[in-house]
Amino acid sequence: MKKLLKTTLSVLAGLTLSLNTLASAGAELDHANTDINDQNSLQNGAKLFMNYCSGCHSISFMRYNRIGKDLGISDAAVEKNLMFNGEKIGDKITSSMSEKGAVQWFGTTPPDLSLVSRSKGVDWIYTYLRSFYKDESRPFGVNNKILINASMPDVLWGLKQTKSAEDFDQDVRDVTNFLDYVGEPAKLIRVDLGYKVMGFLFVLFILSYLLKKEYWKDVKYGKWRAKD
Amino acid sequence: MDNNKSWIDQRFPLTKVWNEHLAEYYTPRNFNFWYFFGSLAMLVLVMQIVTGIFLTMHFKPDATNAFASVEYIMRDVDWGWLIRYLHSTGASAFFIVIYLHMYRGLLYGSYKAPRELIWILGMVLYIALMAEAFMGYVLPWGQMSYWGAQVIISLFGSVPFIGPDLLVWILGDYAVGDPALNRFFSLHVIALPLILVVLVFLHIVALHTVGSNNPDGVEIKKNKDKDGIPKDGIPFHPYYSVKDIVGVVVFLMIFSAVVFFAPAMNGYFLEHANFVEANPLKTPDHIAPLWYLTPFYSVLRAIPPMFGSQFPGVVGMFAALLILLALPWLDRSKVKSIRYRSWPYKVALGIFVISFIVLGWLGMQPVTELNALLARIFTAAYFGFFILMPWFTSIGKTKEVPARVTE
Repeated sequence: MKKLLKTTLSVLAGLTLSLNTLASAGAELDHANTDINDQNSLQNGAKLFMNYCSGCHSISFMRYNRIGKDLGISDAAVEKNLMFNGEKIGDKITSSMSEKGAVQWFGTTPPDLSLVSRSKGVDWIYTYLRSFYKDESRPFGVNNKILINASMPDVLWGLKQTKSAEDFDQDVRDVTNFLDYVGEPAKLIRVDLGYKVMGFLFVLFILSYLLKKEYWKDVKYGKWRAKD
Repeated sequence: MDNNKSWIDQRFPLTKVWNEHLAEYYTPRNFNFWYFFGSLAMLVLVMQIVTGIFLTMHFKPDATNAFASVEYIMRDVDWGWLIRYLHSTGASAFFIVIYLHMYRGLLYGSYKAPRELIWILGMVLYIALMAEAFMGYVLPWGQMSYWGAQVIISLFGSVPFIGPDLLVWILGDYAVGDPALNRFFSLHVIALPLILVVLVFLHIVALHTVGSNNPDGVEIKKNKDKDGIPKDGIPFHPYYSVKDIVGVVVFLMIFSAVVFFAPAMNGYFLEHANFVEANPLKTPDHIAPLWYLTPFYSVLRAIPPMFGSQFPGVVGMFAALLILLALPWLDRSKVKSIRYRSWPYKVALGIFVISFIVLGWLGMQPVTELNALLARIFTAAYFGFFILMPWFTSIGKTKEVPARVTE
């Protein structure tokens, strides 16, 4: 019985291992190393996103005041620094670019980025934004190493010129971090709550185990038994 | 209190039911680890129903709004994210628990006489659960919801003669779209859950009629004391109710770890592509059903088209499910438990478990020449387990089964 369990477990372990290797065998991505608990990084990411990305990309599942609430920015500061087109504080964050114009300018509509961190992953975003290179054959004169023939221009080019490589990477990391938060705002509280739940369950486990042990003394020492 | 009891008992058999199914339901005293999963399956069922009720309050079964309504639940509904993760993790947990529960049946011969009907009811439950899970996965209306449904439902189109009409009848349209989403919602929230609850009731009534099997495969009812109580039995309540609570808490710890620390399970419980809204014009590079359906998906892909039709594969897939129903009559062994079985059964069971896991893994992978070959080999092994069972369960030397359960 124990042997059987052991064999089953080792087969399962081997399988998961091979699954993981296979899953990571795609394009080689740099590690984003984002930290969702770093509020400064999230705030900087929000600022960069609203300045460099939101002209074309919506994050339409996200509201302005939710970002303020979650990232510790007052409504007044959100209105002053993050809102440019006379929206209301409870509005969803949508780009003001028309669909027709987008198709004319880029050949496609820029995708909504609400869930890009969940469909592509943070490493992909981080690598993608840092992988533009000069290519005169493309309409905007740039191409991308991991999204070949991307329709997007290198919007962070200007930023890259004014900063050290390290600072630029940090800025990209902050935007990535912000998009990770946008993909799942609950992530800010989920993990902390998880530790509390696990703590509670651990205490419950001890109590329930002691209760079981107490009752099962009857069975072990024959206090409960059928009459012969 | 006593007064109340008698008032109710005169009108409803409360005390009788309590005693028959809990306080005086005698259960073998030697249950081990594998016997937690029945009560855990019930726990997960209740959890899915309760979380499902709350999700239904906010979800919009409408092709233009469904995807956004799930994100609305994740963001704007108080604790919506938690309820959604409990439900999505619960679906995978349900299958993990059920697969272990079924494996227990194989280990200890729980499907053998007189428990054939419990096994059959359980298998029907399993099939209903797969339908329930499949339709639930369509509802968030992501790319995998849409294309997974497209692939699976198109199978019905391969049925000879009536296929194309059947397909339109199922979908209410020529492709997966709003009508399909609406009817899957209806089936997912009312029709199938009702069937599941009724089947669980029947599964338990059948179990309590014959009594539980145990790791020794000994019938405890053969040894009773002068009051008619099995000598190796103990009342389910309080002994197994307190023991099951420990199992529940341990299960909840593992379950919560997934819900709070890795709710998408790196794409195995919530696929990455399902965070992109369904787009009928854009086929994903790689379409894979969720992990719990992949063994059967592999069988489907392993069987090549014949006479220009995919139908043989579809037949194979359903045969892989339905053959489980015949298990009680395929097993010719005189003993139930793996502890006393002959070695050929142990080897066959090992091969079967490996085939099932490998088929499940292959079902998530793209088809390559090697994968197709492996899928065929392990599909043959899967069916071989059942087809050869009358032979390998009647050869080899079995150990002697003790008269009473062992400690």
